[in-house]
Amino acid sequence: MACGGADSPPPTLVFWALGREGEVVERLLPGFAQENPGLSVRVQQIPFTAAHEKLLTAYVGRSTPDVAQVGNTWIAELVALDALEPLDPWLAHQPSLRAEDHFPGIWATNVVRGRLWGIPWYVDTRVLFYRRDLVARAGFSHMPKDWAGLRQLAEELIKRKLAPYAFYLPTDEWVFLVLLAMQAGSVLVDEQLEPQFCQPAFLQALGFYADLFRQRLAPVMGNAQMGNYYQRFADGFFALYVTGPWNLGEFRRRLPEALQESWHTVPLPAPAAQDFPGVSLAGGSSLVVFRRSPHKEQALRLLAYLNRPQVQVAFYQLVGDLPANRRAWEDPLLAQDPRLAAFRLQLTRVQPLPQLPEVEQLMQRLWEVVEPALRGQATLAEVCGHMDEEARRILAKRRWLRQRGKL
Amino acid sequence: MSERRAGWLFIAPALLLLVVFFLLPVALGLVLAVTDFDIYALGDPSAVRFVGAENFRQMVKNPLFFRALVNTCYFVGVGGTLSILLSLLAALALASPLCRWRGFFRTVYFAPVVLTMVAVAVVFRTLYHPDFGLLNRFLKLFGVEPIFWLGDPAWAMPAIILLALWKNFGYNMVIFLAGLSTIPPTLYEAASLDGASRWQQFWHITLPGLRPTLVFVLITTLIGYFQLFAEPYVMTGGGGPVNATLSLVLHMYKEGFRWWNMGYAAAVAVVLFALILLVTAPLRWYQRRWSP
Repeated sequence: MACGGADSPPPTLVFWALGREGEVVERLLPGFAQENPGLSVRVQQIPFTAAHEKLLTAYVGRSTPDVAQVGNTWIAELVALDALEPLDPWLAHQPSLRAEDHFPGIWATNVVRGRLWGIPWYVDTRVLFYRRDLVARAGFSHMPKDWAGLRQLAEELIKRKLAPYAFYLPTDEWVFLVLLAMQAGSVLVDEQLEPQFCQPAFLQALGFYADLFRQRLAPVMGNAQMGNYYQRFADGFFALYVTGPWNLGEFRRRLPEALQESWHTVPLPAPAAQDFPGVSLAGGSSLVVFRRSPHKEQALRLLAYLNRPQVQVAFYQLVGDLPANRRAWEDPLLAQDPRLAAFRLQLTRVQPLPQLPEVEQLMQRLWEVVEPALRGQATLAEVCGHMDEEARRILAKRRWLRQRGKL
Repeated sequence: MSERRAGWLFIAPALLLLVVFFLLPVALGLVLAVTDFDIYALGDPSAVRFVGAENFRQMVKNPLFFRALVNTCYFVGVGGTLSILLSLLAALALASPLCRWRGFFRTVYFAPVVLTMVAVAVVFRTLYHPDFGLLNRFLKLFGVEPIFWLGDPAWAMPAIILLALWKNFGYNMVIFLAGLSTIPPTLYEAASLDGASRWQQFWHITLPGLRPTLVFVLITTLIGYFQLFAEPYVMTGGGGPVNATLSLVLHMYKEGFRWWNMGYAAAVAVVLFALILLVTAPLRWYQRRWSP
């Protein structure tokens, strides 16, 4: 392999980008080509649903790219495979890649076992989307800052018959329950890989969550039964919905013109008002460099370029992805959007999920295990015991490896 | 060179291909099923453990596995039966002396078999759309409330079966047509001279004459229907809603490629293999007993 000697031909960087990002990233690259004559970048688009499988098979087949976009919950898994290049030593060459420019909670998702494995590319977190008009008619001039207030608002919406349901909390998703648990101080799975689902913090969250369904403040419905929830939100079937930045564009596009002034965003409430905003999820995608890449120095140049504030703003304009670099948020385009303010504040209070390769599987099981409790077919104690058991089973291999000193 | 060696030499290429692409993978699959091969083993082969029957124990405890098993049996039982009946009916209709434009209909009925599954799925998703779909519009003429075909756990499997029926019945129909053509017309002539009714003719001539064909069709259909995968994979996003269309193969695929539990997935494959063997073996036995 050529290692960038003076006479060797200029290399081509292979860059795997996913979904919508993969479709537009090419348009950001002319600037990079101008600054790095001869160094070409080949972008390969990969559908988001196939990306995880594709990365793992590429690893097995030793055909990983130089740079890839990965969801930041996958990093732990790729680190477990030893597929990634640790980036700490490279930061000295690229002084523009600085932790200070990023949201600490998001940056932390890229740190596994004390080392940095990726640079956040865009960020993602969940906030509360709500119907301003209905909330005002329920007698609330401000959105509540704590759980009790949130429940009060929900009860008021029902009592005044403003909507059949206050919330839409899809029962086939784990997100809101996990947010509540993190807010209550649960780590879900502790350092010793011991599941914490029957500990007081998780039970407090689970109790609050299940009550919303038992009091009929939220319908026991999954995304499959709900169908087009934009339509339902517009019809006033529910007034409160916890979701992410991709829905800013969707709500603007899909809600009728007359409703455009009537929806807004606000950071998540906390268990107690003084802790506002409550913790939300540190999501998004990062850019990683693979260990097998022969062009690491050039790959880092690409990472630094895509991290620049101007490039990040251009990226936001193209797809609506929220910039990871906080300096990009000073741009008037972002700074002056009232609905982005909620995200900006929320992003200062975000936490990653436990950094375990098994985490997606755990979360998937979580909603499946909890659902019967929402239908009144299981008690909370049964549900938490069942989930502890499931988590122990899923984590058994990791515990064994750890005991053998392999992790 | 002895004749014996020459013979081996001649079959060597085919044998080699068989060993490399069939026997070896099957053997590896069986071995995988008794290990806990997973994401960690991918990075470090020393992390693989022999676990004996543990994967099978997990399977028995896994509600998803049972869900997949029930769904698969539902699909095979209802879908398979309907598919064979429909094929037989179509073949009988086409073989009837009253049928005109036989070649045209045979081609039209067979066409769905050769269409790409993904393209068909796109069309059917539109047909099944709760608000704009043709199917619901049609049902509305009879005052039927709109059905959320692919989103309602109770209707998703019937929707998948309907698609599979339409897509596959042409294949068996052609085989039945071939089977029907082997029944000598003289038998029917003799029967009608003796005053046998149409129904009696069907029951005593057509059906016994079709027996070998029927067994063959049953076996291939069962094997094919037990391996339900592509339809739910493209139609319901991999087994939704609420796992109502999760099949055994989908369960295996998800465990293997989504969670990378290759050991467990291989164990599911072994169970599926045993299941298919269990169901088709009596048919094979029956076929051998009755064949001349």
